[in-house]
Amino acid sequence: MFKYLKQLTSLVAMVAVLFTFTTESMAAKKSKTLKNTQKKGFVRCGVSQGLPGFSNADAAGNWTGVDVDVCRAVAAAVLGDANKVKFTPLSAKERFTALTSGEIDILSRNTTWTLSRDADIGLTFVGVNFYDGQGFMVRKSSGITSVDQFKNGISACTNIGTTTELNMRDFFNSRGISYEPVAFEKADEVVAAYDAGRCDTYTTDKSGLAAQRTKMQNPDEHIVLPETISKEPLGPVVRQGDSVWEDIVRWSLNTMIEAEEYGITSANADSMKTSDNPQIKRLVGAEGEMGAAFGLDNEWNLRIIKQVGNYGESYKRNIADTGILPDRGPNELWTKGGILYVPPSR
Amino acid sequence: MESRGIDFGYGFLSQESSFDVQFSLIEYDGSHSYFRAYLVGLLNTILVSVIGIILATILGVLVGVARLSPNYLINKFAAFYVEFFRNIPLLLQIFFWYFAALRALPLPQDAEPMFGISFLTIKGLFVPAFIWQNFNIFFYSILAAIIAIVVIRVHAKKLQETQGKQTPVLLISIGLILILPLLSFLIGGVRLSFEVPVLKQLATTSFIYEGGVSLPPELIALALSLSLYTATFIAECVRAGIQGVGKGQKEAAASIGLTPNQVLKLVVMPQALRIIIPPTTNQYLNLTKNSSLAAAIAYPDLVLVFAGTALMQTGKAIEIVSITMFTYLSLSISISLLMNWYNKKIAITEK
Repeated sequence: MFKYLKQLTSLVAMVAVLFTFTTESMAAKKSKTLKNTQKKGFVRCGVSQGLPGFSNADAAGNWTGVDVDVCRAVAAAVLGDANKVKFTPLSAKERFTALTSGEIDILSRNTTWTLSRDADIGLTFVGVNFYDGQGFMVRKSSGITSVDQFKNGISACTNIGTTTELNMRDFFNSRGISYEPVAFEKADEVVAAYDAGRCDTYTTDKSGLAAQRTKMQNPDEHIVLPETISKEPLGPVVRQGDSVWEDIVRWSLNTMIEAEEYGITSANADSMKTSDNPQIKRLVGAEGEMGAAFGLDNEWNLRIIKQVGNYGESYKRNIADTGILPDRGPNELWTKGGILYVPPSR
Repeated sequence: MESRGIDFGYGFLSQESSFDVQFSLIEYDGSHSYFRAYLVGLLNTILVSVIGIILATILGVLVGVARLSPNYLINKFAAFYVEFFRNIPLLLQIFFWYFAALRALPLPQDAEPMFGISFLTIKGLFVPAFIWQNFNIFFYSILAAIIAIVVIRVHAKKLQETQGKQTPVLLISIGLILILPLLSFLIGGVRLSFEVPVLKQLATTSFIYEGGVSLPPELIALALSLSLYTATFIAECVRAGIQGVGKGQKEAAASIGLTPNQVLKLVVMPQALRIIIPPTTNQYLNLTKNSSLAAAIAYPDLVLVFAGTALMQTGKAIEIVSITMFTYLSLSISISLLMNWYNKKIAITEK
């Protein structure tokens, strides 16, 4: 009897070893980044150095913003806790190198999706979490109300290492206006220089202008011109070569947007499990096997909605309620006149 | 690198850069190549380094001598300057000069003209452009003056060695360098006119100066902070050099009847320079390398243009950072070699 017991224990141990081995090797086969993330216990996320509404740290070091929420959603999905994120503030210049060199695993830093970035430099864009466009800010007292009033010799402050620099050249060149580009490495210095009168106009993404305007000494003295000179679809980026991780980030974002579409919020997510709509049930992990393909459990999407909220909640909390851009504009659901339209979770 | 999906290569250097740069010594815009953008950055780095080195040397020597002055006020003021500026981090000084000092400058429309023709504003220093006629004749006249000075110096030295006769070389030199170019104006047909900057309205409250030459405030702030910072170290080198010459040397020189000026020129300075040059070389190298802090205040130097914008737009981090490192290394080694050559030239020659 005792002998059998001994055999049994070793058998159990063997099975256990085999089991852990298989699950781990399966996860490893699926995604090296996922495995590393689960081993470390936190998601490594690259964010901006402080852009209100998108990624901004408060005095206590808590990060908030719609870009931050993408990383929190991934943490909720793969680690079960939206707070298990390590944020790395990056300048525009550093961001891609940080991602390709493996210092971070998700870059969620108001980054414009362009062909050359997607194709060239070892990056993959997974989606769009904010549709933006480049605009200009001027002093109200200048009397300028349209970019048509720009004249030769205008000086424009902006950031280096952004699509802004390229768009600005295209814009002024196509209009035959000579201009003086004054490009700083950090956004805070751009704002300070523009605010001091060094430049006649400050140009960047319109959401950025709206957010930075709140940092000016006297925000009411500045206006954002109505024209939009470029398309700036901003979204999270991952390294090329880990398609499972790419899918996890993409569908974490999609889940947030789709949850809003179906009216699932952080408050009612649990009760939606008993909904009659199978689409809703799939989004809260009550139907289908929606996590297996990523190597995740079935309630990964429920955790995102419960802990981070849907896209609308995130937008309201970070961008609308803070007075940055109360009007959602194109970032409204397709069913409500915007262009947010994501593939279905099924 | 392959596993990270990074491809390596320098082919991007010939691609169109498609970004503009604020300030360039050579003709450049976004339709030029990345290599041209590299040259723009490199020349801007060299420009601010050269300006910085010249200003720092002049200021450093003045302050170094002032620290040895018997005048209490001058002495203490120089000491205060040295201790103050060398003990504040350079980056903070750059921010101070750019954001605090320059912000105090007037907007273009409020600027008071300096000498009636130049304007120092928050958008930069606008000075008249020189428009030359027959510039080559003027240039040759200066060249001729320099050659004449060299000949006279050699001749004066010979006179002094063979007959012990003193010639007022300095006075003659100054005279030549003034008179010959003046003659080129009077009889050589050289004409110089100025293109004075003119205020132009861009919008109700926004103005700019057109015409003339404009120096961006970024360049002014950077050159100013680099030279003020480095001058403190050079001042200490100069003080050390002069104090390093033994008192007996000066007394001996005075006792054989040399005037105080001659003591300084013939006895103290040659010996002091031997002590001053090697540590000053270090300071020149530091200044050149410190100029890379330009990126913080938007001066388009090598780091901002090439290791900044170009790196960003191409994503070629390894290639660009390696080129940039190699460039700084080459710059530093060139300065080193030049200074070592000079050091060897003034070193004591044992017979």
